[in-house]
Amino acid sequence: MEAFLQCAGCKKILFALEFEQSFRVCPHCGHHHRLTAAQRVEITFDPGSFDERDTGLSSSNPLRFPEYQEKLESAVERTGLGDSVVSGFATLDGVPVSTAVADFAFMGGSMGSVTGEKIARTFERAVEINCPVIVFCASGGARMQEGLLSLMQMAKTTALVERTRSMRLPYIAVFTDPTMAGVLASFASVADVILAEPKALVGFAGARVSKQAQVARVPDDFQTAEFCRRSGMVDRIVPRRELRPTLASLVKMLSGGRDGG
Amino acid sequence: MAAKSWKEWEKPLLDLEDGIAKLREQVARMGKGERPDLERQIVEYEKTRDNYLEVMYSRLGPWEKVLVARAERRPYTLDYVGQIFRGFLELEGDRRGNADPAIVGGPAMLDDSPVMVLGHQKGRTVQERAFRNFGMAKPEGYRKAVRLMDLAERFRLPVITFVDTPAADPGVESESRGISEAIAASMLKMFELTVPVISVVIGEGGSGGAIGIACANRVLMQEHSIYSVIPPEGCAAILWRKPEMGPQAAAALRLTAQNALEFGVVDEVLPEPKGGAHREPGEAAETVKNAIVRHLSELRNKKPEELKSDRHEKFRKMGVFAEGAAQVAQELET
Repeated sequence: MEAFLQCAGCKKILFALEFEQSFRVCPHCGHHHRLTAAQRVEITFDPGSFDERDTGLSSSNPLRFPEYQEKLESAVERTGLGDSVVSGFATLDGVPVSTAVADFAFMGGSMGSVTGEKIARTFERAVEINCPVIVFCASGGARMQEGLLSLMQMAKTTALVERTRSMRLPYIAVFTDPTMAGVLASFASVADVILAEPKALVGFAGARVSKQAQVARVPDDFQTAEFCRRSGMVDRIVPRRELRPTLASLVKMLSGGRDGG
Repeated sequence: MAAKSWKEWEKPLLDLEDGIAKLREQVARMGKGERPDLERQIVEYEKTRDNYLEVMYSRLGPWEKVLVARAERRPYTLDYVGQIFRGFLELEGDRRGNADPAIVGGPAMLDDSPVMVLGHQKGRTVQERAFRNFGMAKPEGYRKAVRLMDLAERFRLPVITFVDTPAADPGVESESRGISEAIAASMLKMFELTVPVISVVIGEGGSGGAIGIACANRVLMQEHSIYSVIPPEGCAAILWRKPEMGPQAAAALRLTAQNALEFGVVDEVLPEPKGGAHREPGEAAETVKNAIVRHLSELRNKKPEELKSDRHEKFRKMGVFAEGAAQVAQELET
């Protein structure tokens, strides 16, 4: 690891060690740099509690889409991941949770058949052992290279949210930079509670498309977590440092209700 | 060079038809039997046209399907609703402060029984297109859909949806009113329903905007309609930075009805009249109606909870991937 690096927000030079200790948040401007799935797991859950599942799943390039196989192989090599989310069980302050954590570095966190399947199984495992679900989103949207099959993952994952809801299991989504399009317009937006990291990009269409479609003035913070909070689409913006305690309290309070109070 | 629009692509055919019409006019002016040579010529031209139609439409490539699916002469939701149902009563409000003419819905009679009809609606004239926002629904459209599906659930009406949208509305206003949440909530509602749900893709099945009202027990698709995760031009722009490579992207995306059937995404492809649904809208509507009636009668035999769980299972299976030995080893270990 280099001893120094530059903040992507304010461009100031940072001490690598200090930067890592502050969860990759710039001490000067507060810019939240993207995390890998492994880093996210490490700073969120109880040490050593993550039990990864679904590790044998991989994309089979069902459309024989041009250049897809090469992109997949290079993403696997670069990230060491099987696809754009890792999934499994973990504990949070001792509470067991079923979780899926997206990694933007794997093909922009895009959702194809494998990612959709892992998200679906994350909900199913929660139903199986009766525990809450926490999903960390980081995605550009559906994966074009799997065409219609990617689109169907939106329906599939939402069907599982319905099932989880009917079992009265809490489901919390955390929007990290970026949470877009097909992911935002499916399982992510129908969570019981939605948290977002500061300044995370959150939106349906690419910003360019939205702005083209509009004559009216576009707010400066358009398609950010803050914009979504103002429009009621996000419940709380939580700085990274406070995410773990916030999630832990939520999980405890939402699963602690008793009939008759 | 591939044609850019349906009009451009069908131009030779339209020119031919124009010529036939003009010849007919001429013959009519001169009186019957005066120019048998011209009359023979008309018959010849008509044969040529029929052959042309046959050839053009029996071998539509993916890009041509895109053009036909988007054709402004293609029947839209309300055209089908008028032909298939009786007494359609449009109900407009989303009860959340907005109206959206890009999704229409309300109760109607299918033969002797009431159903709830929903669908994207496009416009033909310049004014209509603006009014319908090119069939691109806003959050209020999906919220209206949820509200009407709630009614259907409470009063035990089967839900029939017609899918025909380029995409959901991508504007700033839609974004600030939560277009993503509205689409997701509409899908969620469809997975709650315990009444039969049938969706028919009649033109463009455009990404999230389409699936938002298409989580059905049976999904049917007309043979020249398309269903895609992204418009081919958008895909080409992102992947190759060349929106003009839409035809190549259309092929790569496998967005035809025949592809959707192969992938198990749709249950049945509905044949269209020769030359496309717009040439014989009545015949096209008849085919759609018969399919709806047939599937509905099968679904009516199922119990409410079964309809819901069938729908869940159907979508649970969607997707194609490999599951390797690592997983099996891990499971044996635990």
